[in-house]
Amino acid sequence: MNQLILISVLLLLSLAAYQMGRRRAFRLVDGQLRDLHSLPVYYGLYAAMWCVLPALLVLIAWTAFDGAVIGHLVVAQLPESLHGGDAGRINLLLNDIRNVRMGLVPPESADSAVVSAAQHWDRLQGMAYAALAVVVLVLAVLGAAFTLTRIHPQQRARNAVERLVMVLMMVAASVAILTTLGIVLSVVFESILFFRLVPVTEFLFGTSWSPQMAMRADQVGSSGAFGAVPIFVGTALISAIAMVVAVPIGLLSAIYLSEYAAPAFRSVAKPLLEVLAGIPTVVYGVFAVLVVAPAIRSWGMSLGLDVASESALAAGLVMGVMIIPFVSSLSDDVINAVPQSLRDGAYALGATPSETIRKVVLPAALPGIVGSIMLAISRAIGETMIVVMAAGLSANLSFNPLESVTTVTVQIVTLLTGDQEFDSPKTLAAFALGLVLFLVTLGLNVIALRVVNKYREQYE
Amino acid sequence: MSNQILPLPRPVEVINTGLGRRRAAERRFRLYGVAAITLALIFLVLLFISIIGKGYTAFWQTQVQMEATLAPELLDIADPADRNQVMAANYGAVMKAALRQAFPEVTGRAEQRQLFALVSSGAEDILRQRLLDDPSLLGQTVSVWVPAGGDIDMVRKGHIDRSLPESERRVSDQELAWMDALVQQGRIEQRFNWQFLSTGDSRSPEQAGIWGAVMGSFLTLAVTMLLSFPLGVAAAVYLEEFAPKNRWTDFIEVNINNLAAVPSIVFGLLGLAVFINIFGLPRSAPLVGGLVLTLMTLPTIIIAGRAALKSVPPSIREAALGVGASPLQTVTNHVLPLAMPGILTGMIIGMARALGETAPLLMIGMVAFIVDVPKGVFDPATALPVQIYLWADSPELGFAERTSAAIMVLLVFLLSMNALAVILRRRFERRW
Repeated sequence: MNQLILISVLLLLSLAAYQMGRRRAFRLVDGQLRDLHSLPVYYGLYAAMWCVLPALLVLIAWTAFDGAVIGHLVVAQLPESLHGGDAGRINLLLNDIRNVRMGLVPPESADSAVVSAAQHWDRLQGMAYAALAVVVLVLAVLGAAFTLTRIHPQQRARNAVERLVMVLMMVAASVAILTTLGIVLSVVFESILFFRLVPVTEFLFGTSWSPQMAMRADQVGSSGAFGAVPIFVGTALISAIAMVVAVPIGLLSAIYLSEYAAPAFRSVAKPLLEVLAGIPTVVYGVFAVLVVAPAIRSWGMSLGLDVASESALAAGLVMGVMIIPFVSSLSDDVINAVPQSLRDGAYALGATPSETIRKVVLPAALPGIVGSIMLAISRAIGETMIVVMAAGLSANLSFNPLESVTTVTVQIVTLLTGDQEFDSPKTLAAFALGLVLFLVTLGLNVIALRVVNKYREQYE
Repeated sequence: MSNQILPLPRPVEVINTGLGRRRAAERRFRLYGVAAITLALIFLVLLFISIIGKGYTAFWQTQVQMEATLAPELLDIADPADRNQVMAANYGAVMKAALRQAFPEVTGRAEQRQLFALVSSGAEDILRQRLLDDPSLLGQTVSVWVPAGGDIDMVRKGHIDRSLPESERRVSDQELAWMDALVQQGRIEQRFNWQFLSTGDSRSPEQAGIWGAVMGSFLTLAVTMLLSFPLGVAAAVYLEEFAPKNRWTDFIEVNINNLAAVPSIVFGLLGLAVFINIFGLPRSAPLVGGLVLTLMTLPTIIIAGRAALKSVPPSIREAALGVGASPLQTVTNHVLPLAMPGILTGMIIGMARALGETAPLLMIGMVAFIVDVPKGVFDPATALPVQIYLWADSPELGFAERTSAAIMVLLVFLLSMNALAVILRRRFERRW
């Protein structure tokens, strides 16, 4: 909260610095702008920049470290007898102190040493805030004053401001890399912790999955089993069902829309198909649970089949519907990229439109279509909400679409929602599954994008 | 062996004999295409029909008129001037007395409990509000319309089949008889359900509303927009206008393209590991949700922004540079304003996708049961799609219609955002 006030004050100061810088530059040349190197605005921005940036950097660094520093000071002041220099006990103590400070534990019921430490902490924190405010404001005023006094007509203010803008834009562009790095590091780091507890081979090739951990050490089945093969099979099964639905429907509608449909029909049907793509996946999940799954169940009953209420078929079918527009718009692009001369050649030989499409256009577009199908598969594998709602939780190793199976994303969600300690194998397993998911989808995407691009180059 | 020489068929005849078959194949192929599109559209229509058919009733609420006597001794109010006493008074007792008065013949304990379930426990809040608004009502008998209990609501809306034998439905014959008596007296009505649009979540379906979830979504999207717009535009401008062609820029480009296809749940894992466990930000907070969705939508926005910048013709840049503008001035004063409609369209589409996103929010704990409407980005909150997920999981009948109604609200938001994007594109798109 205090930081927010400080930042607002900083912004006000910078506004003042901006105005003063602009006016000063204007006055220096008596309004003869041609004598200035840059427009007056840039002198203002230059002053504002030096007012805010150093102060802001100090503010960020301070906020990042002050908790640790104060914690260290408080612990150093605690009597040695409380923790005996043991890191684990120090952490417990810090936790107690924090609970007292947050008012989660009433001071009467806590240890007196802890209470006094909490008070000490509050005192230090207040001092730290005061010091921070002084340092930041002094820096801001100094920065502004320094630049304001140095303004002269030949100063290259615009170049300095533009350089800063360029650096900021470069930082913004690098956020993508930081995100990828963040994903890789967070997932890999937790996965390594997991693979210390469970061997990689057992995870990748084991056929039994039951991540329950024991409450007591002597409980039966206390170790849990982390063989992920049933999950991989379930994911593959549901994705395969989805692709069986999505590929023919998506491909055929793309062919019809790009080769046969009249422009009027196309301009209505294409946006309607795109509505399917815009519907949130959670809505598809509700649809699968409330409409499709009961329908499949009653249909199966009437045929005398035993259908699980959370069958892979229901989840796969609805997921297929979700992916139809994805397949169709990607294949549409690919089919449109096939040069008209190929079609004209086929027509000249007397081929009917459908023969042209089947024997000339589709073979020419095949690499692109394969690429778009791969992208669709990676979509299906990573899709979460439909399967969380419509697929099962228990890991059955089964290829029967009428049975209940589970997927990688379902397991990640069930393992990570709810309150668990963060370093149990159960939660770490979710990150290991996340790593597999990330690597598989990344691989599919890289290959698919490469195939599509290569194909595009061929005809450009 | 005969010496007869068969005349060779002429090519035209060969073609003609095959023509019928080939034309049939042509027609079949066309039909497949039409069938595929029809099938996809049938799914779409089915989806909308099933959701609207199930959900529209949630916008109506069954209300019961009760004559409640606000007796101070029942309410346990000694001093009417004391606001705290009025707040904490026992309105349940007043409601029970009113119900007993309406049906004096009911005496048994179990029967009375059934009787009290005719009216939702939300009735107490309505009485409290009445008394807070007008303290002079204390001791008087007021006529109030209060929401009916969840089961009665379901019967009135036809979600519970009255023709089933008593043992197979949730509502007993006795309750139905009471309800019919009230209907005959004209004391049961269907009214527009403002409560659904104005309150937070609740354990009892007839009191649950979506306002908390809408606010959660709004706060999350506000954070997303504030962060992703400047970041996305800056990155797009840099990559499209200034970046030198080198390995680093290529690497950034590959990264952005790949991130656009990473499953959203992986972003949730990132948010959990980095924002919550390392940075120590609070769980379930719209701030963290907004951060995660920012990272998720950034690639989309950057890609759309670059396409918009690319469509501005080079002549604009050359003209600006020609009259002495610096490269940055060229971009900020000339190229960017011309590309803005395209960038905004991409932004709105990205926001629409973020609004419908559920999976990453599950990872960062925005699935908790939260009654209070969040007031800031640090308050625990859920989002609209997460609320739909939570209600879809609830076994009570009343939540089924609320799930569909919440979906309708979400779809209205999404459709209007997309319509805005389309209008923006139509209005401001320039062909060069």
